[in-house]
Amino acid sequence: MAGLRAFAAAALLSMLFALSPATAQAPPTESIQIGLSTDAISITAGFSGADLTIFGSLENPDPLIARQGRYDVVVVLEGPPRPVVVRRKDRVLGVWINLDSETFENVPVSYSVATTRPLQDIAEPAKYKQLSLGAQNLYMKPADETDSPATIQEFTAALRERKAATGLYSENVGGVQFLSQNLFRATVRLAPNVPVGTHKARAFLFKSGMFVKESSAQLEIRKSGFEQSVFRVAHDYSFLYGVFAISLAMLTGWLGRIIFRKD
Amino acid sequence: MGIYLPIAEISVNVFVLLAMGAAVGFLSGMFGVGGGFLITPLLIFYNIPPAIAVATGANQVIASSFSGALSHFKRGTLDFKLGGVLLAGGIVGSTAGIFVFALLRRLGQLDLFISLLYVVLLGTVGGLMLVESLNALRASRSGAAPVLKKSGQHNWIHRLPFKMRFRASKLFVSVIPVLGLGAGIGFLSSIMGVGGGFIMVPALIYLLKVPTNVVIGTSLFQIIFTSAYTTLVHATTNQTVDVILAFLLMAGGVAGAQYGAKAGQRLRGEQLRALLAMLVLAVAIRLAVDLFVTPPNLYSLSAAGLN
Repeated sequence: MAGLRAFAAAALLSMLFALSPATAQAPPTESIQIGLSTDAISITAGFSGADLTIFGSLENPDPLIARQGRYDVVVVLEGPPRPVVVRRKDRVLGVWINLDSETFENVPVSYSVATTRPLQDIAEPAKYKQLSLGAQNLYMKPADETDSPATIQEFTAALRERKAATGLYSENVGGVQFLSQNLFRATVRLAPNVPVGTHKARAFLFKSGMFVKESSAQLEIRKSGFEQSVFRVAHDYSFLYGVFAISLAMLTGWLGRIIFRKD
Repeated sequence: MGIYLPIAEISVNVFVLLAMGAAVGFLSGMFGVGGGFLITPLLIFYNIPPAIAVATGANQVIASSFSGALSHFKRGTLDFKLGGVLLAGGIVGSTAGIFVFALLRRLGQLDLFISLLYVVLLGTVGGLMLVESLNALRASRSGAAPVLKKSGQHNWIHRLPFKMRFRASKLFVSVIPVLGLGAGIGFLSSIMGVGGGFIMVPALIYLLKVPTNVVIGTSLFQIIFTSAYTTLVHATTNQTVDVILAFLLMAGGVAGAQYGAKAGQRLRGEQLRALLAMLVLAVAIRLAVDLFVTPPNLYSLSAAGLN
């Protein structure tokens, strides 16, 4: 989506440059850190999607490898897991009807990936499978495992396709940029319909195609404002909300008659 | 101006909704119907999820029928006893409807069922009305005096037991068809988000032989309570009532209704009915087309565990 405004809420926190390797004797092992300036962000009712910037740093990078650009970083922002039903419409007597369905447990509601390079250039596909990294490699657990593998595969593919089509699953190739040898910046997309809840930001470090280290942080996405209050009241005090809706309707009907009366 | 609907969880244009409410209000004022059968499909065409369109439609119907019932109450053209018995049936029907609604939603067949009900009901009512009004128009053009229905004629309904006297309607009928009619309308109200006036009014006139002058007031009276009950139950069991959406529709609706009523007085009855019939048929056809056209996405996702 064009014209996304940069999201300043999350920013650099842990610029932990390697300050204390003085005592290290063995070749230092690389590691990765990411930090968020806040552990919660609020989106308002008019939220139309945004880019979330996450800063991070490599610790103890090998200068030679870094110069050759053989460090790769993949950053994922994963939404809260929820069960999902995928339904398929089929034609019955000319009418399109939801017929077959498949329920999956614990499917992340959203899944935004940012990478330094296209995923296939960073590591072997088997590696991603093993790490369950990337929308294509997420394991979707069917609720009923006795269904035929072909069916499960079909609905899994449809699930990923629908998620991608609604912007909830996205991939931003080149979204991770090294600002210096140590410091990188990742830009992941927040879809307009990003779910509220606890999101998990994870960063994966690859060195010459080999997975090295992972770091994660948590981010709470909340909705704020009047509309959110309405939503909360509708769910927490549903009876009172219903009574309010009815009273409002009667009041409007009565007032409308007084104001606009034509007879 | 965009506004975010908290329950429907989408952004919509305020003016589109106000205009939609006003247009439907104008028509409902003109034809003396609640307008729920137009609001709910329009909301669905505007990409509001059907479940929310239905529950919010029921909420919106309260405003228009309350406004209408007030004027009938002042004129004394409202039979409270008949309305009360209809209402008793309505509560039962509405409860059953809500249960079916939740069940269909869980099965993923709610959207289909709502569309099918609309197509069948609107198609039937619209078709019958169109034939009747065209015949009346042709008869009046050829100069023949309209054939008046003989009043006092009894049908099988008047032979049923448990008779009750309704003074304001000058009626002595069995409570079974009254309760049954109320229950049927209540069921439709909770599944379709309609007040049911477009079925209630002809049923009261032709089946129960209620005098025409008390029919609309009584029908509106019972619709207020059935829709209020439906709204409350949808709010508590499905959380699908969007009060912001409902308010925008109502605000446009009550204004439009008063102007519509004025405009309606200038048109002749048959013309009015023919126009309404064509409108009803157009909505039915539009909904029917959606059922048969290959959808752009065969797959759909929904949250599991709604039970």
